[in-house]
Amino acid sequence: MMGKTIELVCPAGTPAALRVAVDAGADAVYCGFRDETNARNFPGLNFSRDELREAIGYAHGRGCKVLVAINTFPRAGSVGIWRAAVDDAVRSAADALILCDVGLLDYAATRHPETRLHLSVQAAAATPEAIRFYTEAFGVKRVVLPRVLTVAEIAGINSAIDCETEVFVFGGLCVMAEGRCSLSSYATGKSPNMNGVCSPPSHVTYHEEGEELVPRLGGFTINRIPRAEPAAYPTLCKGRFATAKCSGYIFEEPASLNAGALLPGLAKAGVTALKIEGRQRGRAYISAVVKAFRQALDAMAEGRSVDLDRLLALAEGQTSTQGAYAKTWR
Amino acid sequence: MRPQVGITLGPVLFNWQPDAWRDFYARIADEAPVDTVCLGEVVCSKRMPFFAELMGEAIERLERAGKSVVLSTLAMPTLSRERRLMKDLVAGFDRVIEANDMSILAQLAGRPHMIGPFINAYNETTLAYMARRGATSICLPPELPLGSIQTIAAAAEGVAVEVFAWGRSPLAISARCYHARVHGLTKDACQFVCGEDPDGLDVDTLDGQAFLTINGVQTLARSYTCLIGDVPQLLEAGITGLRLSPHTCDMVAVSRLYRDVADGRCEPQAAMEKLRLALPEVTFSNGFLHGVAGVALTGS
Repeated sequence: MMGKTIELVCPAGTPAALRVAVDAGADAVYCGFRDETNARNFPGLNFSRDELREAIGYAHGRGCKVLVAINTFPRAGSVGIWRAAVDDAVRSAADALILCDVGLLDYAATRHPETRLHLSVQAAAATPEAIRFYTEAFGVKRVVLPRVLTVAEIAGINSAIDCETEVFVFGGLCVMAEGRCSLSSYATGKSPNMNGVCSPPSHVTYHEEGEELVPRLGGFTINRIPRAEPAAYPTLCKGRFATAKCSGYIFEEPASLNAGALLPGLAKAGVTALKIEGRQRGRAYISAVVKAFRQALDAMAEGRSVDLDRLLALAEGQTSTQGAYAKTWR
Repeated sequence: MRPQVGITLGPVLFNWQPDAWRDFYARIADEAPVDTVCLGEVVCSKRMPFFAELMGEAIERLERAGKSVVLSTLAMPTLSRERRLMKDLVAGFDRVIEANDMSILAQLAGRPHMIGPFINAYNETTLAYMARRGATSICLPPELPLGSIQTIAAAAEGVAVEVFAWGRSPLAISARCYHARVHGLTKDACQFVCGEDPDGLDVDTLDGQAFLTINGVQTLARSYTCLIGDVPQLLEAGITGLRLSPHTCDMVAVSRLYRDVADGRCEPQAAMEKLRLALPEVTFSNGFLHGVAGVALTGS
């Protein structure tokens, strides 16, 4: 038996997806405003001010928390846009704000001292020293750990800090330390840190060349995919490239993270919350994944085990990896 | 005439052989018109022992030549060994430290320090917060456009503002070592293969486009950021320093050209032409500064 229950934190790109996640058993849902203030600034996604208020009402009525991600780095000279997002999220009764920018954290901590602050993965705080900086300076209550750590390292961090930790367990996987990557910006001019987008569809083209499908990003060939192979989205760091030593997936295969098998280990490591990536995902996906993790966590709390991979089989077509949680990944 | 703008030599990002490292700094001390020199390993802690014993000699020679010496810290310490190492380095160094990670910032509170380009300071409020804690200068993140640079510089109030003006721009850092990966090795048994590529390992697209550069756990641009043609605009924007990132090319010649342009002794376009002639195999870029794809070269 585990001593405490772990919080399940689920993505919502739309009000409909939020209701699905709440109904499927999420303990908390995270979402963002429909603008450049959040790191999933995709067309057709995210919440207006009114939608957020309504969504929070729906979630709170069912015992679910709502965390609002304002996790891009404010543009110099336009910091007011990000500050307004903070003010509006607080006014909407958000349970916590997920922030990464030092200036914005300072503003939120000063202006809204009662509001719970979480440190976004975009802040890439990977050491006890970095985490303590944010807890001491801004009273951050929870840190979302970057996907660069092993389970053992996470346990070490938890024993050295006095705030909660949240870790990604499923979905898209950044190969690079989050918040410290401008690969997309180099090829397209649009970056996760400044624009909330990575490898944006607006800069992607597809060409059929002979027996291959060739996706390009900002004019750079990201892959040449044989007809028989499934074509993953051309995220820059998950493309095939060539060096003098070898060609292929130099950085990472187009795999997604699945740390389902590590849940007991992560619980033992003292993690407070598990996060599912995917605010860009549809309702069917959200429903299936949230239900699967809900069952797995309930079973774990009761000392039972479930075959999470079987539950997830429908949700994720492509190959999966345990990423940096396994030391061999490095 | 006292120069209006400082020139900083950034830390060597690559795994250079100890002899090459020592000779490089000796020549910089004797010949390069740079004001500040950042020393120290930023990318991989495993490389540190190779030049640790050369540091003292390099610092002494640089300071004798009138340069300010700054110690740059690791961009992503994670292992407890690395964290101890950083803590001890910072505690034992009585000159200015350049922080490249938030881990080290708490330790530097109240002590004058520099904010390195690996720390996310994207706006004036973040810089103001860091200045209150003792930051005296900052090298802005390479992806910032001119408008942001201008706003930050205008609000900087006594904090020196430097931009990344020469060399392959750092784009990403990972827990995974790509040099080890492409050589079929593990990170823990990497055999220091990154030492074979003193300017990094070329990464092309499958269509042969020159694209990126691998340097251990770091990924950089393939093109060299070259802001020499933009120096007048940068000065107008209020920056106080230009950072040159070391490569195996003639960095003394590069720094002289930047010095001459900064001091108004050479036309920016003429300097750009000289760089092109000296380095015909290198592609230049300044796209980040102009708010477009970083790889682009505009305005020249």
